[in-house]
Amino acid sequence: MANVRLRLAGMRRTIEAKADPHGGTVSFGGQTHRIDELEWDAPIGGAMYGVALNDGKEWAALSKEMNAPPYEKPPEGPVLYMKPANTINAHRRPVLLPRWVKHLQAAPALGLVIGRTAARVRREQALDFVFGYTIVNDLSIPHEQRHRPAVKEQARDGFAPVGPWIVPKEEASPLSSLTARVYVNGRLVQRADPSRFRLPVEQWLAEVTEFMTLYPGDVLFFSWPADAPLVTAGDVVRIEIERIGVLENEIALEQGGDE
Amino acid sequence: MMRRARVAWNGIVTEAEPLDDGRLRLPDGTIVGELEVMWLPPVEPGVIVALGLNYAEHAGELSFVAPKEPLLFFKGKNTLIGHRGRTVRPEGVNMMHYECELAVVIGRPASRVKAERAYDYIFGYTIANDYAVRDYLENYYRPNFRVKNRDRTTPLGPWIVSHEEVGDPMALRLRTYVNGAVVQEGYTGDMIFSIPYLLEYITEFMTLAPGDVILTGTPKGAVNVQPGDEVVAEIERIGRLINYIV
Repeated sequence: MANVRLRLAGMRRTIEAKADPHGGTVSFGGQTHRIDELEWDAPIGGAMYGVALNDGKEWAALSKEMNAPPYEKPPEGPVLYMKPANTINAHRRPVLLPRWVKHLQAAPALGLVIGRTAARVRREQALDFVFGYTIVNDLSIPHEQRHRPAVKEQARDGFAPVGPWIVPKEEASPLSSLTARVYVNGRLVQRADPSRFRLPVEQWLAEVTEFMTLYPGDVLFFSWPADAPLVTAGDVVRIEIERIGVLENEIALEQGGDE
Repeated sequence: MMRRARVAWNGIVTEAEPLDDGRLRLPDGTIVGELEVMWLPPVEPGVIVALGLNYAEHAGELSFVAPKEPLLFFKGKNTLIGHRGRTVRPEGVNMMHYECELAVVIGRPASRVKAERAYDYIFGYTIANDYAVRDYLENYYRPNFRVKNRDRTTPLGPWIVSHEEVGDPMALRLRTYVNGAVVQEGYTGDMIFSIPYLLEYITEFMTLAPGDVILTGTPKGAVNVQPGDEVVAEIERIGRLINYIV
């Protein structure tokens, strides 16, 4: 049982609730509901920034490429990408597979929800600026090229399911133990934990806020793309992060269009 | 309203429209001087889409081949400041330059828009000065956030001018002045990817909402600026956006 902040379809604001992910229920307003029977909305409304190349496994796999043209050398500063407002999607809402694409990469990600305006934050105090944790499904159309922002591949409508809720950090297990498991159609396909992060999230928060302010409700997220599964229409992707929750979405074929 | 600003005055945030004598009229009829208000970015966009290398000559200047597809990147709201605001040049950097850009403000939810109908979705235009700190360029995800997404490096304003008042946005003269001298000059008609093309391209994969902004790139003439400089980004029929480097 965890105290969470959630938002349902039709609600303008998040509410406080008690969630029991194992029992599959959530309670608020004196009533208990089955998680599957509610219509969910994303619990956040701010900007979503992903820290690229944080996955040590991905970094190792790219090390040769990073030293060759056009990259020449590995990046020194944080490399970020944005999932803008149009990408935000909710628990149990479909993700649309473009008709001209075979697969999407579904990378699990741990989202840090900012609690107070964070600028020039010191590493030792970084977590003071975090309100809590959520789960992000960082979807993208697979792409090789990293030299330019992969906007068309990463920023499509609905490509960032977030939720189902935010767990305040005091309620969550220590960051280092937040293991993500990804299931596709019920089968476990990926397991990853923060020990794979190239730098601790506190360090990233310090480096990022050195030049850009993060505001309450913004999300800085950390994915594990190296061994993330490819999924296609009809697949159900379930990302589970221990003591945080379960975020599930079906990949659906985009209908209509000229193509 | 054909031309409107957002300002802070006397403890409130309000819209304002310009009078012929340079003063501003607030919605309740109050008349204030342009130096009595704090100018805010005239719009609070949910999404800011920016264009890299959208003018052939600027692309040449940076020794790149002109792109075949629009080079898009996103910016956060942390970057925006208003007219007459101050932008920090980080200590110890060698090259920081302005980029005068026509900023398109979306007026209606825009998804799968055809180029022929693009202007139906545009509310109006304003001016952006999209500073870049080139010292932080790295070859991963160029232009990366340390170069382009720093706090307060994107002055926006002074106002939004409606599409009807501007007319053809592809026929506007852009000029940047540093301490009064013209340092950058261009013409929106020289964009590699026109505004209607960009709107069709972007909305094929993402829905833009009212208030979202597209920064359409900058012509050649990017020159280093120093603390103390006054930088004015000017676009014909839209206005003059003043910014100070500190």
